[in-house]
Amino acid sequence: MELTIGPNQFFWPTETWSAFYEGLGEAPVDRVVLGELICSKRLPFYQDRIPEALSSLAAAGKETVLTSLALVTLKRERKLTAELSEMGVTVEINDLTALPHLPKGLGFHVGPLVNVYNEGTLTWLASLGAKRICLPPELPMASVAALAHAGADLGVAIEVWGHGRLPLAISGRCYHARLHKRTKDNCQFACDEDPDGLEVRTLEERPFMAVNGVQTLSDSYACADYQIEALAAAGVSALRLSPQSSSFTRICQLYRDRLDGALPAGAIADEIRRSSPETRLSDGFLVGPSGASWSVEPAAP
Amino acid sequence: MEIVCPAGTPAALRAAVKAGAHTVYCGFNDETNARNFPGLNFDRAEMREGVEFAHAHGAKVLVAINTFPRAGSQSVWHRAIGDAQAAGADAVILADAGLLDYGARSYPELRLHLSVQAAAANADIINFYADTFGVKRVVLPRILSVPEIAAINAETEVETEVFVFGGLCVMAEGRCSLSSYATGLSPNMNGVCSPASHVEYIDDNGVLNARLGGFTIHRTAKDAPAPYPTLCKGCFSAGGQTGHLFEDPVSLNAEQLIPQLQKAGVTALKIEGRQRSKSYVAQVVRNFRAAVDALEAGTPLPEGMLARLSEGQAMTTGAYKKTWR
Repeated sequence: MELTIGPNQFFWPTETWSAFYEGLGEAPVDRVVLGELICSKRLPFYQDRIPEALSSLAAAGKETVLTSLALVTLKRERKLTAELSEMGVTVEINDLTALPHLPKGLGFHVGPLVNVYNEGTLTWLASLGAKRICLPPELPMASVAALAHAGADLGVAIEVWGHGRLPLAISGRCYHARLHKRTKDNCQFACDEDPDGLEVRTLEERPFMAVNGVQTLSDSYACADYQIEALAAAGVSALRLSPQSSSFTRICQLYRDRLDGALPAGAIADEIRRSSPETRLSDGFLVGPSGASWSVEPAAP
Repeated sequence: MEIVCPAGTPAALRAAVKAGAHTVYCGFNDETNARNFPGLNFDRAEMREGVEFAHAHGAKVLVAINTFPRAGSQSVWHRAIGDAQAAGADAVILADAGLLDYGARSYPELRLHLSVQAAAANADIINFYADTFGVKRVVLPRILSVPEIAAINAETEVETEVFVFGGLCVMAEGRCSLSSYATGLSPNMNGVCSPASHVEYIDDNGVLNARLGGFTIHRTAKDAPAPYPTLCKGCFSAGGQTGHLFEDPVSLNAEQLIPQLQKAGVTALKIEGRQRSKSYVAQVVRNFRAAVDALEAGTPLPEGMLARLSEGQAMTTGAYKKTWR
């Protein structure tokens, strides 16, 4: 099984951004998706670093992919989306708006924020040139298996969310700005204070979600550790690891070792909990009663 | 402008039509539509009778088949489209690209509308849906301002339908997994959001805690009215503050924006509430019909027409005003 690094969902300082992608050149991963997924206002801060990051990753032997924005509303965002394929690298669409702008006959990838819930949609996307689809994280294992089976017949590689805070929702409204009593147009980039999102707790002070500008994520970090054999048996060809601000190269190594059979089931989760005891893990979308649940033990109260 | 009214039951359909609905939307009583609640919706015979009743009174019926078909079980959704056409539906409202593809190929005579669940939020994607599947109307997501809606209409021939009254989704619809994260049941897969089956109210020394999926997201003094614990309208703490992080427990009411929406080129005004009673539906429909009739006649909008429904309940114009964001 391969490892794909998904686009960074957060707003990091430009130097941190560059250092992160430079470091990934050394990481034992196959593919890196980068670019702005969440908020077009963040892009100008690092836009001119993208070509360099793409070429250094390519030189390090990684397949490079450029993401589209997840929610396109403004004229400027439509233009950005239309121009994505001009960079000359494969585009991962995370909103169908990107679809009509892709050069005909050129393959593309589909990201987890496009709703591919069934064979009909998968087949339709394949007919337009989809070569790889990272499934929406909320799909249960039975759907994953059915879609991996259909993908195999159509020559579409199927990828599943393997690690990281789960993207749960996206809105026109910026919750970071709202919390700071600002509007989205005058957000003053409040999201840059929270490199992994701003923790959201329930009224009993139980960690629940995380806010990242217009996006809402899970508090828990999805972790496919215990599901890897089942995913492989289902025909899933890659796991997606979502960037986080600390220990990410270590995370990549753990998953690589686990996929290579050098680590047993549970080793990734054990190490994460040892080195970062406050991190809550989940795999409930794949196998549990709800997305927040963790198959190994009940979610922390 | 056309008013498009909710009908969760055959009785609500008849009430809406009698109250002056130009169009009614409804769904089959299964997971194929996004209001899959117990005791709601139409079996096949009821759908046929409902369409017949509406047509006899000059009203149209749209059938919502707007959840995302489950892998391995697509035939359930395919059958729903066929049955809607057989019942005489004037259009089906679909969200899933694969289902649109199936509908366009299998029932070329059937009018296709794009559900709000498809979250089509700009003219490029709307025109793409029209070119690819022949979609005739799009229900716009509740994240757009009036000027943005006008800009979309200036660039597309596809009719636009917008929500003017009822529940307010603050996330891009069809792209929200908050409910399934907390409860395991989702709008996209199961047609439910923050389902009642996962709600608990717990009395804690005179304070009523509202929990969804075990997460406490609302507290009210015992005698105060307790809002339903919908996730995005829950109370949370973040950044040292506690409150309604995403949205207050408010409903959408854009009645006063109807003239602006007309100027923006909107074809149809949608009223949310298939889970509401037939008397509520009739009252809202009567008021909105009076408003659009006044607009057509060039007379002032009736003032405070929904005061009785709004009483004690907070209202917002949501994203229609840009400052909301």
